[in-house]
Amino acid sequence: MNKSRNKAFSISESSRRSKVVAGTLVILYALVTMIPLVWIFLTGFKSPPDSIAYPPKVFFTPTLEGYVNLFTTRSRQTPEYIKSLGPPKTWYEELVRKRNMVITGPSRFKDRYMNSLVIGFGSTFLAVFLGTLAAYGFSRFRVPLKDDLLFFILSTRMMPPVAVAIPIYLMYRQLGLTDTWLGMILLYTAVNVSLAVWLLKGFVDEIPREYEEAAVIDGYSRFQAFVKVVLPQMRTGIAATAIFCLIFAWNEYAFALLLTSGTAQTAPPFIPQIIGEGGLDWPAVAAGTTLFLIPIVFFTILLRKQLLRGITFGALRK
Amino acid sequence: MAEVVVEALQKQFGDFIAVHDSSFTVRDGEFFVMLGPSGCGKTTTLRMIAGLELPTGGRVQLGGEDVTWLRPAQRDIAFVFQLFALYPHMNVRKNISFPLRMQRVRRSEIRQRVDEVAQMLRIEHLLDKPVSNLSAGDRQRVALGRAIIRRAKAFLFDEPLGALDAEFRDLMREELRQLHDRIGATSIYVTHDQIEAMSMADRICVMNQGKVLQVDTPMDIYERPKTKFVASFIGSPSMNFLSAKGRIPVGSRQIQVNGTCLEMPRLREALDAEKAEIGIRPEHIRISSKGPLKGRVFAVEYAGASQMVTVDTSAGRLKVRIDNAQRVRENEVVRLLPDPTKIVVFDPHDDHALDSELFEEKHHE
Ligand SMILES: Nc1ncnc2c1ncn2[C@@H]1O[C@H](COP(=O)(O)OP(=O)(O)OP(=O)(O)O)[C@@H](O)[C@H]1O
Ligand SMILES: [Mg+2]
Repeated sequence: MNKSRNKAFSISESSRRSKVVAGTLVILYALVTMIPLVWIFLTGFKSPPDSIAYPPKVFFTPTLEGYVNLFTTRSRQTPEYIKSLGPPKTWYEELVRKRNMVITGPSRFKDRYMNSLVIGFGSTFLAVFLGTLAAYGFSRFRVPLKDDLLFFILSTRMMPPVAVAIPIYLMYRQLGLTDTWLGMILLYTAVNVSLAVWLLKGFVDEIPREYEEAAVIDGYSRFQAFVKVVLPQMRTGIAATAIFCLIFAWNEYAFALLLTSGTAQTAPPFIPQIIGEGGLDWPAVAAGTTLFLIPIVFFTILLRKQLLRGITFGALRK
Repeated sequence: MAEVVVEALQKQFGDFIAVHDSSFTVRDGEFFVMLGPSGCGKTTTLRMIAGLELPTGGRVQLGGEDVTWLRPAQRDIAFVFQLFALYPHMNVRKNISFPLRMQRVRRSEIRQRVDEVAQMLRIEHLLDKPVSNLSAGDRQRVALGRAIIRRAKAFLFDEPLGALDAEFRDLMREELRQLHDRIGATSIYVTHDQIEAMSMADRICVMNQGKVLQVDTPMDIYERPKTKFVASFIGSPSMNFLSAKGRIPVGSRQIQVNGTCLEMPRLREALDAEKAEIGIRPEHIRISSKGPLKGRVFAVEYAGASQMVTVDTSAGRLKVRIDNAQRVRENEVVRLLPDPTKIVVFDPHDDHALDSELFEEKHHE
């Protein structure tokens, strides 16, 4: 230690020791945040008794029961009746019969998942599309009352969703929008568009006007200049914004619980209600949650470069 | 190629007048430089010529056609921005061909013209590179390429060398002027650097505070400034100014500076004011025993080819540029002899230069 005190050091390059310390801290933090996810993932492969065993089981015999239960509805039968059915035709029938059940049909999980995909991606697309146009307008044109409008757009995000849930429910009932794809897409778009406008405006502001002016002088129309010159430079911002919007729409619970029950219900209100014998079917819930996480993880990994740049970029402004 | 005529052009931002009643004509094929301090309205004027800004008064003509209210795309001009505005998502070839791709030019012709331009600018080896890794000089060349590929009626440059470091600037200055001589396009070039202006321009337009003060050849701007601002803005060190006695009749050849009588070019305009001001450049004063002005040497600076002597006289401090052969020591009392044919007299009321024989022998452009 004494020796190194007199040594020159680099300001921009961290020493080996601080790299090790930082690395350890990051790994520790990652572990702590990963534990619940890992636990959910593991629970999805447990049998129902294993999932609620105390003390909790870390080592167990994996089974696909949770996934089978997630996708099917079943009914309990007497062992005599099950024997009379003859040998099971599929591996999952066999799995179910061990618990004295027979499969009576598919569950609604697939439809709920589809609803989530349509509503999540649909509203994300709409919010980003509208947000891009609005952000460009706010950034480039002299809009009357610009600051007030921008503040108004932001203010729609200030109220907690619960506070407006009842009025929206009443309006939606009048308009026939409850429990429809359109209704949920509109709602999530409305919530996300404010975020999209604010985020994207920052990105457009960073693109010098000279680019468009150069294009306009070279004979392009304003719209062509926007498409050919501005949009390509907004890619990072659009990707980052899309992820934020998707995460919100994908995970939204309160509105979905209140406004959907049947046809347009998304996965979040559905998953925690998967009932098994004697209460919640934890392996099925965990299986549903695992499947639910996949698209967003995939999307985020796909866009992670842009996301990282987008976030640091945003943080550096003002 | 075309002539550019700017008539009584004005631009107001709210209450602030950025460009004030400006008029000038840029001749066909001329390299015209707009020079002035920061914030004097050069960029605004240029943008109005380009159509990126709409004037609040006046007209712009391009090749005899009134284009004041035309959209930029309809004017057929090329613009080189200070920061080049190269599209980061396109490579060099795409950047250069961008203006042509709008015009439905055949692909093979686009290729050929890009190659031609690249050859002219010596950037053929860069054509397939992304623009983000280019050096400032190469970016500049790509921006020029994008401007010249369209063979526009006029070229507008807004401080295109401002982002380069000094060494590169000298190089690009020459390259740009050579390029102009080769293609002979009408060019309007904005800068606040007088060396750039002096070395490149066919004619210079000096602006200050939104007003056009003088449009002339570099030599006339230097030797026959029409206002005190032009006289002091051009030249380094700037012109010497001394206060003199006013009330001078037309035809006078002499002026009183602190009781000393100085010869000057014959005036063709009377001065009514109590006081006058004379201007004389450092290199137009000699240190000579016959000189009418007396002063004490304050400092001597060696400047390679010449030396700069600062002399305190009873009328004020003067800078004198003399050659190295002459020996001058600090605190020495010397006599100064201004070149009588070079003295400019200013009216202290509005700082305009009085008309005199000096202006008669104007260089023919
Ligand atoms: N859009 C605008 N709104 C308000 N004022 C403006 C606008 N554009 C320019 N100005 C003002 O007009 C004046 C002239 O600006 P301009 O950019 O033409 O100066 P310039 O001569 O090009 O200066 P520089 O050498 O700094 O580029 C400046 O005082 C500037 O603040
Ligand atoms: Mg400028």
